[in-house]
Amino acid sequence: MATADDQFYREYILDHYKNPRNYGRLENPDISHEEDNPLCGDVVGMDFRVKDGVIEDIRFHGRGCAISQASASLLTERLKGLALQEAKKINKDDVLGELGIDISPARIKCALLSLKVLKVGAYGLAGEDEE
Amino acid sequence: MATRTLDVAAIRKDFPILETGIAYLDSANTSQRPRQVTGAMMEYFEKFNSNIHRAAYRIAEEATVRYEATREKVRAFINAASTMEIIYTRGTTEAINLVAYAWGRKNIKPGDLIVLTILDHHSNIVPWQILAASQGAQIEYVDIDDRGELRLDQFAELLKRGPKLVAFNLISNAMGTINPAREMVAAAKQAGATVLVDGAQSTPHQPVDVRALGCDFYAFSGHKMLGPTGAGILYGRRELLEAMDPFMAGGDMIKTVRIEGTTYHDLPWKFEAGTQAIAEVIGLGAAVDYLNELGMDAVRAHELDITEYAYEALSEVEGLTVYGPPPSRRAGVISFSVNGIHPHDLATIADRDQVCLRAGHHCAMPLMTRLGIPATARASFYVYSQKQEVDRLVSSIKEAQRIFA
Repeated sequence: MATADDQFYREYILDHYKNPRNYGRLENPDISHEEDNPLCGDVVGMDFRVKDGVIEDIRFHGRGCAISQASASLLTERLKGLALQEAKKINKDDVLGELGIDISPARIKCALLSLKVLKVGAYGLAGEDEE
Repeated sequence: MATRTLDVAAIRKDFPILETGIAYLDSANTSQRPRQVTGAMMEYFEKFNSNIHRAAYRIAEEATVRYEATREKVRAFINAASTMEIIYTRGTTEAINLVAYAWGRKNIKPGDLIVLTILDHHSNIVPWQILAASQGAQIEYVDIDDRGELRLDQFAELLKRGPKLVAFNLISNAMGTINPAREMVAAAKQAGATVLVDGAQSTPHQPVDVRALGCDFYAFSGHKMLGPTGAGILYGRRELLEAMDPFMAGGDMIKTVRIEGTTYHDLPWKFEAGTQAIAEVIGLGAAVDYLNELGMDAVRAHELDITEYAYEALSEVEGLTVYGPPPSRRAGVISFSVNGIHPHDLATIADRDQVCLRAGHHCAMPLMTRLGIPATARASFYVYSQKQEVDRLVSSIKEAQRIFA
């Protein structure tokens, strides 16, 4: 019987963890920002190239658990080619929805670390309450 | 005298939570509590719930007697000279903060040296950092060698600089390393230092004798030794405690209060302001009784046995790294990592099998930095732990490896 827990490490999340999309660094990025979760040691950083208000290219780097890294990989797929105005609207429900799994309170910070990089780094907005 | 052995099956019957089917491998974090402890607390709530040291009626006297009885139990348990040297605190953290504040601000002067170790818990680092910053003192940390054991050569060098205070944990919570505490205390005293030993991980797991140890202060928590949260102990040598000013001020820690000034209560109450954690202290007393019944030598022998078993079982798992010394020189704590799997993912997968495994930096970030890793997974054992739970952990790890392959 499949439960929400059994789906925690769904195939596509593991795939994004093992084969992260848009992984690496950009040379001379327009924006570069990194955040970490000291509690578990997760690190996610993102480099953005922006042209005419559109995220032309993006790379992420980091290390940590499957949830933090898969979440970052999924977010870069969504951000690439997206207008900044649209990217600004991405919220935590979008990110959690994209992961499509039940995240326990203890792991929410892992799942939302990449969103924090996007918000704090690219837009200078204070990170929303992640709880 | 032959060491008694623990009847683990009988012990487990005293811990209702184990009936839920969990494999609880996080006792270094907090232990479970037997019926005897919760029962003693319930008895207080239901039969003589009242405040201590204040009232003249019968149940308040009963509460006071039970509350103070824990002090003698603890004194005997750690072989302190007098109950005046046994101060109730909320736990190890408060005990260390008490010393940092009440002893430290009076005795640490600009330029003084404080020696800590890289194995210390944040609760035995941060209070001293705050003290050092306010007093203009400096801190040096004893490093570890490749086996995760303190570099005593470096410790000896630091002692030559005449530190005012030396503080270290007897057992590392993150790696389980048992430090050669007697040797270290003797050397530090020889060098003229005041010595605080953080006994949070040692008191629950092996016999403790503070007078044989020779330290000036010794701190520990009740909740890691079968007692409830909220009750812990600071042991301090009487002459040091007497020379110290109070930490917290308020009711119950005074003799007389006049507008012109206040005289403080005698030891140990001078350091116990306000209404205390009465039920928790009574629970701690019941925990000490329970451990005495088992015998601390037997507790240590049981943990050594299961730790040896776990060390071997984990070492056989491919791609798994165990941190720290061999079982004979460690407590029932095993920190490890598995190639390609973050400790948090490992803990989440173990949790699906009802295996309670700790993952993180274990409040020892300087140690994690020293090891060059962000976090580890950690299994830790206690009187109710059994080898079958180690087997469940190993199969959870293998399941995680299958998922992440």
